[in-house]
Amino acid sequence: MRADLLTEPVTGLDEALAAVDALDRALVGGLLRPRPEQAAALAEVAQAVSGTPLAAQVAEAAGKAAAGSAGEDHFLLLAAARTALLGAAHDALMARVEEATGRTHAEAPATRPGAPGTANLLAAARSWLADLARAGWQGIDHDVVSQAAPVVTAMLPDPALRRLATLLDGFAAELAASCPGATLDRVPVRRWADLWSRALILTVPGAAGTPAAGTVTGRLLPLGVDLQEHATAAQAQVHAVLEPSGGGAPRLVRAAVSAPKPDTVVGAGVWQLLRPHMALLAAAGEGRSMELTDMPMTAEGDLLWDDAHARVGEPADAFATARVALPGAAGCATAPLDRHPARIAVPVFLEGYAVQRDDDTMAFTVTGHRIAVDTDRIPAAGPLTPEAVAASGACLALLRWDAGEFRLQPLAVEKTVRKKAVALHAGAWAGGTTDKAGAKAEKAATDAVKVLRERAGRLLRK
Amino acid sequence: MSDLENRRAPQDWEQSSTARVIRPARPRKLAKVPFVELAEGRLQGVVSSGSDIERVYVSSVAAGTYAFACSTNNNRPCGGARGSFCNHIRALVTEAVLQYGPERVARYLKVETADGERDAASLAQAMTGTRPPQADSSAAAAVFSRFLRHLAYLELAPATAPVPEMQWFPPTRAVA
Repeated sequence: MRADLLTEPVTGLDEALAAVDALDRALVGGLLRPRPEQAAALAEVAQAVSGTPLAAQVAEAAGKAAAGSAGEDHFLLLAAARTALLGAAHDALMARVEEATGRTHAEAPATRPGAPGTANLLAAARSWLADLARAGWQGIDHDVVSQAAPVVTAMLPDPALRRLATLLDGFAAELAASCPGATLDRVPVRRWADLWSRALILTVPGAAGTPAAGTVTGRLLPLGVDLQEHATAAQAQVHAVLEPSGGGAPRLVRAAVSAPKPDTVVGAGVWQLLRPHMALLAAAGEGRSMELTDMPMTAEGDLLWDDAHARVGEPADAFATARVALPGAAGCATAPLDRHPARIAVPVFLEGYAVQRDDDTMAFTVTGHRIAVDTDRIPAAGPLTPEAVAASGACLALLRWDAGEFRLQPLAVEKTVRKKAVALHAGAWAGGTTDKAGAKAEKAATDAVKVLRERAGRLLRK
Repeated sequence: MSDLENRRAPQDWEQSSTARVIRPARPRKLAKVPFVELAEGRLQGVVSSGSDIERVYVSSVAAGTYAFACSTNNNRPCGGARGSFCNHIRALVTEAVLQYGPERVARYLKVETADGERDAASLAQAMTGTRPPQADSSAAAAVFSRFLRHLAYLELAPATAPVPEMQWFPPTRAVA
């Protein structure tokens, strides 16, 4: 990997992000009664997309918002402008990643809308998001924030609305924990604007589709497990190399399993919740390959996992996969709406780096260039620790970008213990564990869910 | 708001798409208090009855005034919650401190402890020392329905279609 390319400025990135920041600043104070500096910020957003097909509509929306008279459609257009700007930022960053890793990606597929969800629920969500924009982050209170709950409750059981429901649920929980906004001493400005605009875009019927583009058959070699979670949802995403049967270039693919959860199901409990629905988690945890037969896959390289199309294969060490198969594996295109810097997660393999560590930050120096290591993303329910990363000699990681810089999220490390290389995986407990600390966490999680199920059985449906 | 230490420069945190805003709940045993939350201006939750498996108590303490209420899910008042906190409310405070950490509970309820010591016992003592008023049980039905909503999350089916939105929700090793 050419680390030098990851630390050099990306042309045009600062300008695109400056326009994004302008809209984000306007949302802090809210757009009910915009002040002159908010009006100026909105004009900056409109200017930034003035050379695009969105130009006229966004200019009108920015004007309405600056006058305090924006409707839901105007907010949607501002979110679209922001999404387009971050899409351009994503493309520039991904071009840099491909240059640095020497990896190409497949052609972007023609987009196809997904199944449209229930229109009235989408409209209710959009109405709530418009209320948020008017209130601003500094104007949120329990009355505004709690309006999301009935919408989320109605959406969650519908698979077509699950993505938006999961997003709104996590977003609303953060807002509720931050009420009243007037007393906030700091605001996660970029983050909340991201969540707000993404949710608004998903209220467009058909925006949240992930249709299968075909099926794949071949050997799947897991690289690692990336866990994502908020208080009431979790997703485990396995990154892997697919070797198609009958030859053909190996590809980088992903497989995900997600579930809503009560906020008291944490740590090992999250693995327990997800484990029964994707045999790949156990295979990745045990270091085995899987043989896929006609597994559905999207054009973006997401396997739509179904255990009926997979069986456990031979042992496959992730570091061997990283050394041998990863360099030649082609990446996949990103769906248009998923083009956002936060979505970048490219598997990379590193060795021969030096580790710098102070109180709460870590970085690798790779061929003389410093790249930050985000150890906070390592799930607590696993054997991989920041200490192990600091002592490692080889690392399998996801290359990400956030807050102005590329970062490495460790998925697994190799370190030398008594002259032997030992591998530690972030997702090692995904399929279960015999580790003493892990088994204890598993037991506690089992007990917690047992209590909740007993209570649910007795009290629900009464 | 955030009870996370600021691990990065303030500007970095504001410009981060994945800034951590709330810490995950700490694991705790749920048998006695299956549900606790800091919401709607109250510490509120559900406490299982020690004697009747079919019965639960809905208990709450208001932020600032510490006005307290405790009644069963069938809306019968708790015999212990006359004049001061009953054992259900004390259990609620104890479990909230386990789940959210003492700082977040104290800040939400606006409790100042005399010696700055923050554990469940000192928080409860600081609140009862102000001789808080008894609230009516009008919130109980809403709290109980929030508990049922919470339980219903276990009934929702997992899915294997990707949820790209979860990229905005990385885990954190920080604990409450």
